[in-house]
Amino acid sequence: MTRKQRRITLISVGMGVLAVSVALVLNALRDSIVFFNSPTDIVEKHVAPGTRIRLGGLVAPGSLQRGDDLNVRFQLTDGSRAITVRYQGALPDLFREGQGVVAEGALDPNGTFVADTILAKHDERYMPKEVADSLKKSGHWKDDYPRQTSGGAKPK
Amino acid sequence: MIPEIGHYALVLALCLALVQAVAPVAGARKGDVALIAVADTTAPAQFLFVAISFAALVTCYVTSDFSVATTFENSHSSMPLIYKFTSVWGNHEGSMLLWVLILSLFGALVALFGSNLPPTLKANVLGVQSWIAAAFYLFILFTSNPFARLPDAPLEGRDLNPVLQDLGLAIHPPLLYLGYVGFSISFSFAIAALIEGRIDAAWARWVRPWTLAAWMFLTVGIAMGSYWAYYELGWGGWWFWDPVENASFMPWLAGTALLHSALVMEKRNALKVWTLLLAILTFSLSLLGTFLVRSGVLTSVHSFANDPLRGIFILAILFLFIGGGLALFAWRASALAPGGLFAPISREGALVLNNLFLTTACATVLIGTLYPLALEALTGDKISVGAPFFNLTFGPLFVPLLVAMPFGPLLAWKRGDLLGVAQRLLAAFALGLAALAVTLALLEGGSVLAPFGIGLALFVMGGAVTDIVERTGLMQVPARTAMRRAAGLPRSAWGTALAHFGLGVTFLGIVCVTNWGAERIVTVKPHETVSLRGYDLTFEGMRGRQGPNYTAEVATFAVRSGGEMIGNMQPEKRSFPARASQTSETALLTRGFSQIYLALGDSKADGSVVVRLYHKPMVLLIWLGACVMFAGGALSLSDRRLRIGAPRPAKTSLQPAE
Repeated sequence: MTRKQRRITLISVGMGVLAVSVALVLNALRDSIVFFNSPTDIVEKHVAPGTRIRLGGLVAPGSLQRGDDLNVRFQLTDGSRAITVRYQGALPDLFREGQGVVAEGALDPNGTFVADTILAKHDERYMPKEVADSLKKSGHWKDDYPRQTSGGAKPK
Repeated sequence: MIPEIGHYALVLALCLALVQAVAPVAGARKGDVALIAVADTTAPAQFLFVAISFAALVTCYVTSDFSVATTFENSHSSMPLIYKFTSVWGNHEGSMLLWVLILSLFGALVALFGSNLPPTLKANVLGVQSWIAAAFYLFILFTSNPFARLPDAPLEGRDLNPVLQDLGLAIHPPLLYLGYVGFSISFSFAIAALIEGRIDAAWARWVRPWTLAAWMFLTVGIAMGSYWAYYELGWGGWWFWDPVENASFMPWLAGTALLHSALVMEKRNALKVWTLLLAILTFSLSLLGTFLVRSGVLTSVHSFANDPLRGIFILAILFLFIGGGLALFAWRASALAPGGLFAPISREGALVLNNLFLTTACATVLIGTLYPLALEALTGDKISVGAPFFNLTFGPLFVPLLVAMPFGPLLAWKRGDLLGVAQRLLAAFALGLAALAVTLALLEGGSVLAPFGIGLALFVMGGAVTDIVERTGLMQVPARTAMRRAAGLPRSAWGTALAHFGLGVTFLGIVCVTNWGAERIVTVKPHETVSLRGYDLTFEGMRGRQGPNYTAEVATFAVRSGGEMIGNMQPEKRSFPARASQTSETALLTRGFSQIYLALGDSKADGSVVVRLYHKPMVLLIWLGACVMFAGGALSLSDRRLRIGAPRPAKTSLQPAE
């Protein structure tokens, strides 16, 4: 092979791999990304039942009901609207009423959100960022949310 | 007093770094031997002062000095000593101090052990290293001072995040940082080469051991992080394609590519420009990882606190070094002499293929990680890109890499014989095929691709063994000759085979646990039995236990297999009063390479409890494979060739500059 042919081989193999990977990425981006919504978004944007989304908000105090077979129901709110969430399984350690959580799943035709994953925070001091942002947007953000337990101590 | 000493030592380290950032580089330009020699003193001194600073912070934590803000926020007087120690880096400020500690350590090592480097190259490397160090000292001192005092010292600290109160915190961050930060040396070497405008095979030989060491630590660092997440988070997953995990995985992919391309450069003097670019990119990805994790743009267990100023500062560092590095590359790379030629079918060709797939795979991970951030910044839409995306993109790009892997080491340099190599790999291929057939016949469940995965994993492992067998001629010559040849093989050959074997082992574990894992989430009453995969777990009851800084509810499960008692499992639920927080501690029972995994959920008034029970077949292979890769790297690093350094051309030997 001449120098030129070698270079062409190299470049065409490289281009081939790149083309394949671009195709893979575009294909995967079309099918496997999940949008985040607040309860208000769900009402306003008319999210279609069956579309996989993430729903974030605060667990409305007093709304948690535990049924048989690990079924739970609770309301997720951003202060303006609330959506009922149904979930079967074990809840994360830091799942509490009044705390921010993110649920992943889809709406059923009745407007109940059926979650297959519930994400709570790793650390009790901080709120999931998406939830904090959507609370800020809906005007229900209180500045003391993230540091409720801190006692206000700040280094000077 | 002690925090002030620590703070002051860090300021001194910054001053030294500023001197070291200018003097040796200027010395190398002007040929001033005295200026060049400055770095030999300042680099170890920098390490010394950062070490003093770090020791001061450790003292604050170990003695529970809550007048220091970070200690107050992250420690508690009743924590066990080991956690008091590890909580030093269980927060943003302390972990950045650990970052610069390791950075200065690498700088000092280059100064102390780089005596076989040409003086100007060494001066430039240490100069560049000091630019990075200075940037991060400034970052710590201006935005993340770990020694800030509180006006009124509280009596008690607020405790470390319970998730972090684990031995994992002692192991995972230091190892990961050794890897992350270790790549700064490759970066400094690349920038120094661009400044000097000269690069050759000897350069690759000097860079390789540093890259290899960083790569080894990053490999086990990621693996230990994965194991920690697996047993701590209680969901049985070992890899979540979480952006923070990706942040450490991308430098690993690029670093692996760098390791292989530097090999081509060292042996064949080819791929020079590409290797330089990879060295810059690898450390850029490390910096990007630091930015993603430390700036608070992502929510995860790793993001300790959000302070916009920190994000902007790290972003500035990021732009400075990545932008500067790439600009210098664009400006100077064309001046470097082009490298040697090779046929597409050759060892070099195989390594190019390796690089091609690794970097493309790395790019897909990068896109998946940054796309949500970009989309949110541009349109305000919040999305998450999860495992399905990465499985669809990364998977198809990594499989061809595994298929090609056994061929690479068997191909000759310059011009290889693919057919001949295929014949030599026949045994490995047969092994893979047999495994495929057996899996297909015996095991049910899993995806249709699963048996192919098993076959591929064994082909990779068999290929690594074939490599050694071929080199020693085990099948052709008498066993004694083969043994003698095996002893005489360079350790790097053993290292390569071992590391490749390790990747096969990890892959085998991944395929098994992904396809044949089983899980049950059930509510059990006392004395009730749950069964999974032939294991019967009987819930014997709950009891309370008082830990040093927590109270725990401990459940005891007796595990039987075929009626025979094989052990007890005691998962816990811990409550930490100082943080009003809870964690669950999973219980693991190891059977061979497989594990039974038990995590507690909520308990109910009637004494029943929710449990998550998993059977994880061959799961330990995932991390064991990483340890094998580490061992392979260590073996290669101990190769005599790398220690004695490259022969240097006689005429440039002692002249400080040209």
